[in-house]
Amino acid sequence: MATLYIDNQPHEVNSGHNLLEACLSLGLDLPYFCWHPAMGSVGACRQCAIKVYKDENDKKGRLIMSCMEPVTNNQRISVADTEAKEFREEVIGWLMTNHPHDCAVCDEGGSCHLQDMTVMTGHAYRKFRYKKRTHTNQDLGPFINHEMNRCIQCYRCVRFYKDYAGGKDFDVFASRNKVYFGRQEDGVLESEFSGNLAEVCPTGVFTDKTLKQHYTRKWDLTMAPSICQHCSLGCNIIAGERYGSLRMIGNRYHGEVNGYFICDRGRFGYEFVNAPGRVRQPIMNGQVIGRKEVLQEINRLLKEAKVIGIGSPRASIQSNFALKALVGKNNFYHGVSESEHDMAELAIRILKEGPVRTPSLKEVESCDAVFILGEDLTNSSPMLALAVRQAARVQPMNEVAKANIPEWNDAAVREFVQDKNGPFFSATIHDTKLDELASEKYYAAPDDIARLGFAVAHRIDSAVPDVPNYPEELKQLADRIASGLLQSENPVVISGVSSESETVMRAAANVAWALHSKKKKAGLVLTMLECNSLGLAMMGGGKLDGAFNAVLNGHADTAIIMENDLYRHGSFATVDKFLKTCKQVIVLEHTPHATLKKAHVIIPAGTFAESDGMLINNEGRAQRFFQVYESTEVIQESWRWLLNMGINAGNEHMSQWKNFEDITKAIAQEEEFLKGVDTITPPSSFRVAGQRIPREPHRYSGRTAMNANINVSEPKPPEDPDSSLSYTMEGYRGLAPSSMIPFFWSPGWNSVQSVNKYQNEIGASLKGGDPGLRLIEPEPGAVANYFSTVPEVFQPIADHFWLVWTHHIFGSEELSKRSPSVAQRMPQHPYAMINPKDAEQQKVNEGDKISFEVEKHVYVLMVKLNNTIPSGVAALPYGLEGMPSTELPGWGILKR
Amino acid sequence: MFSIIRSMWLTFLHAFHKRETIQYPEQKVKLPARWRGRIVLTRDPDMGERCVGCYLCAAACPVDCISLQATEDENGRRYPEFFRINFSRCIFCGYCEEACPTYAIQLIPDFEMGEFDRQNLVYEKNDLLINGQGKYPGYNYYKVAGLAIGGKGKGEAENEEQPVDIKSLMP
Repeated sequence: MATLYIDNQPHEVNSGHNLLEACLSLGLDLPYFCWHPAMGSVGACRQCAIKVYKDENDKKGRLIMSCMEPVTNNQRISVADTEAKEFREEVIGWLMTNHPHDCAVCDEGGSCHLQDMTVMTGHAYRKFRYKKRTHTNQDLGPFINHEMNRCIQCYRCVRFYKDYAGGKDFDVFASRNKVYFGRQEDGVLESEFSGNLAEVCPTGVFTDKTLKQHYTRKWDLTMAPSICQHCSLGCNIIAGERYGSLRMIGNRYHGEVNGYFICDRGRFGYEFVNAPGRVRQPIMNGQVIGRKEVLQEINRLLKEAKVIGIGSPRASIQSNFALKALVGKNNFYHGVSESEHDMAELAIRILKEGPVRTPSLKEVESCDAVFILGEDLTNSSPMLALAVRQAARVQPMNEVAKANIPEWNDAAVREFVQDKNGPFFSATIHDTKLDELASEKYYAAPDDIARLGFAVAHRIDSAVPDVPNYPEELKQLADRIASGLLQSENPVVISGVSSESETVMRAAANVAWALHSKKKKAGLVLTMLECNSLGLAMMGGGKLDGAFNAVLNGHADTAIIMENDLYRHGSFATVDKFLKTCKQVIVLEHTPHATLKKAHVIIPAGTFAESDGMLINNEGRAQRFFQVYESTEVIQESWRWLLNMGINAGNEHMSQWKNFEDITKAIAQEEEFLKGVDTITPPSSFRVAGQRIPREPHRYSGRTAMNANINVSEPKPPEDPDSSLSYTMEGYRGLAPSSMIPFFWSPGWNSVQSVNKYQNEIGASLKGGDPGLRLIEPEPGAVANYFSTVPEVFQPIADHFWLVWTHHIFGSEELSKRSPSVAQRMPQHPYAMINPKDAEQQKVNEGDKISFEVEKHVYVLMVKLNNTIPSGVAALPYGLEGMPSTELPGWGILKR
Repeated sequence: MFSIIRSMWLTFLHAFHKRETIQYPEQKVKLPARWRGRIVLTRDPDMGERCVGCYLCAAACPVDCISLQATEDENGRRYPEFFRINFSRCIFCGYCEEACPTYAIQLIPDFEMGEFDRQNLVYEKNDLLINGQGKYPGYNYYKVAGLAIGGKGKGEAENEEQPVDIKSLMP
């Protein structure tokens, strides 16, 4: 800490900060453009000028850029100095000489950092008399709209896209006042994080193209804090609604999880909520019926039936718990395949019983060595890929500190580091985007990846069994990886379920535990397949095969399937047989899929936007998402439907519950692994000064006109029985508790940059602590019980392929692929990725058809050649539209 | 005593003055051009819709009686998909007109809007849009703004240079 005198007032500030960060941390209004809390300073925009004084007798002072000066103790500065103020106003005047006259048709308007800063400095009229420079725009694909005239040359976009996120296809062109930010030619932005440009850009050059199609100003959105549903990392998001449809997803800062950014799947995958094909009415045997009738009918059906319930890894723990309570503990089954089920349970065991904890995304960013086993992070858990990109720079950054360059001085740091990377090891089935960072990379079948893991672990701690008959070449590779990991302080080992191999996960655990035994602050990240995979696994329940057997053996005849497409998790034939054998199939769902077509009763469930719930992310963090808007009377959360069914059926346990809070309390009491989930948000009775927290900004417009075409008398706004957020603009305007911030706004700060005001310190946790509760911590004193079964080496079989899944950021996830913008980015055809050598042997070329037989089903797929995939292995895209469902990994017999 | 007689005399003289009372509705009221009455949406000189759906009128409205949804034609020109004013709530303050950056929304000297059914006071875009420029003739927002729309490319707005060629090596 250091003492900083700002306008003669002493303040305690963080001495590692620069002056701009110090001022913003104190809550002062100081305009800036090029500085970004996650990307540091470059001093390009000259906007954050302040006065620095030599000592208390210095009355004149000198102008400096606050973002480029470190804090020193007893320093005297002035923000309010007239000369500094005039300078800032003049600078913004220059920046805006070419800014077009188009705020009215600009999507950034109302949440624009440039607007805010212009008002803050007081600049009003253009003094430059000459003509405005113009630029042509580029078509950057389905996600991002480009309007280059609005640019103020702060360089944030290119610094984020290229330097921070590792994008290759975006840059800055030309010179002087012609400077142009874009691609070399029109085309889709390739980066998986391109959506962040909309938030990183302080003005409207890059805006959200999906929002543009149903444009709404920020002040007109009904917003609620939510959690991304499209992978297991649990990034915090803000979802905004207007006129009954979901309009946009924005990042919600979380100091531990996603920080300032989210991936494109999370940002643009939301449109499945508005999809025209959504389930909006209860349907019974093909007939649309009302809410009451469907509940009566179900009550009648359930009375005379032996019921089982199939839960879902993408439904909240509340919904899964309600289903479990309705059908009974022994009749509740996880709707996931056997391997998914076992891997999730293995993950919990590894993380709970082993000595190594799983780090959050933020902690991964500061790890100084990375070892990835079997995960294509960019596609399966994109934000983790962004985090390890930062981790690769940690070791070179130590040199930066030695050279006396402050960490935030981005231009100097990048110049110093160049393209040096820390130890980064990747063992995957085929090439990934992160390979460019890797000091060692290894492509192999899952079992061989596991063998490498065992070999590395053995070299770190000899208590781990060595791999017998390991080839010399791989021994050396293992040596290099082991020594790289041992040279680091806090290495992280990353694995997960996408390679569908338990042995890979065990090998990863062995490596992390071995590092722990060598007194390293090791971390182990295990990614999951769906947003609540871990939560479901923590609740206990049977495997999906158990559900199938129960019905096929006649122990049950009716199935309630909740938010789950069984065809994604079980093999086609079995699921088909199961659904046919069931006397009644009751499905609670919001998005149409194959299982829905076989259902007798369809109940319209709410998506995340219409629901309250909690998810457990891959690090075991329970996080709550809030309902964004009240949907029509018929669409309800799954748990509320199940609750009503339970009450109708006279279920005593469920009759005691009335709302979200009651269920959550019951979960906390009854579920051993989920203790404490009732404490992560304030209760629904929570009020600040007697007021709820409003979901709408105070300038929300049109509420006496938006429904006037239906009825001129305004309806009463809906009341929220489940949380202390209100569906209106009335309520407490100050800082909301960190777990329930519906939107970031502060007087004078309309853009997302207002998040500065919600943090304890720039880039640190939110005021009141980062939300969520970590449920999995290693037991104190836990010892590593190394897994000792080393898998056999992978042996290709002639005329067979070992089939594994490969994931796609766009297309593999069930919900986001229904979003039209995401659909445009999906691979066009299902394919089989094989090695050219195999292709040569089979006499097929890229684009040819190849057929496999798996479990007596023949699949015809297009050949895609990849030099890195090992011989004898074929990778199929997971979850892609038109991709035949089957349980993988497994052998596929080649058909001719 | 005198003052009473004087008052009576003056009152009596008023019987021969010009009448202030207008025989409305037989006789129409003369209202100044800036009188704030019924709200209309105007068109620009090319007869294109002036409203660009910026939502500023809705935000400025103290009774929140304006609601609209912006949309775009195939050439990128924004216009309101629907535009609704609930006149049963409107207080004719004129803030919407002040806020409008394109002179689209204007208050005109017409107050004859009485209805028996309150529902009829909800005006949609069809009821609001007139075929004229209203009080501000000659202004065309898209001729000034830097956005390209159909019939106007980059660099063709007022006070704009031709788009730069970023691949040129000339200084």
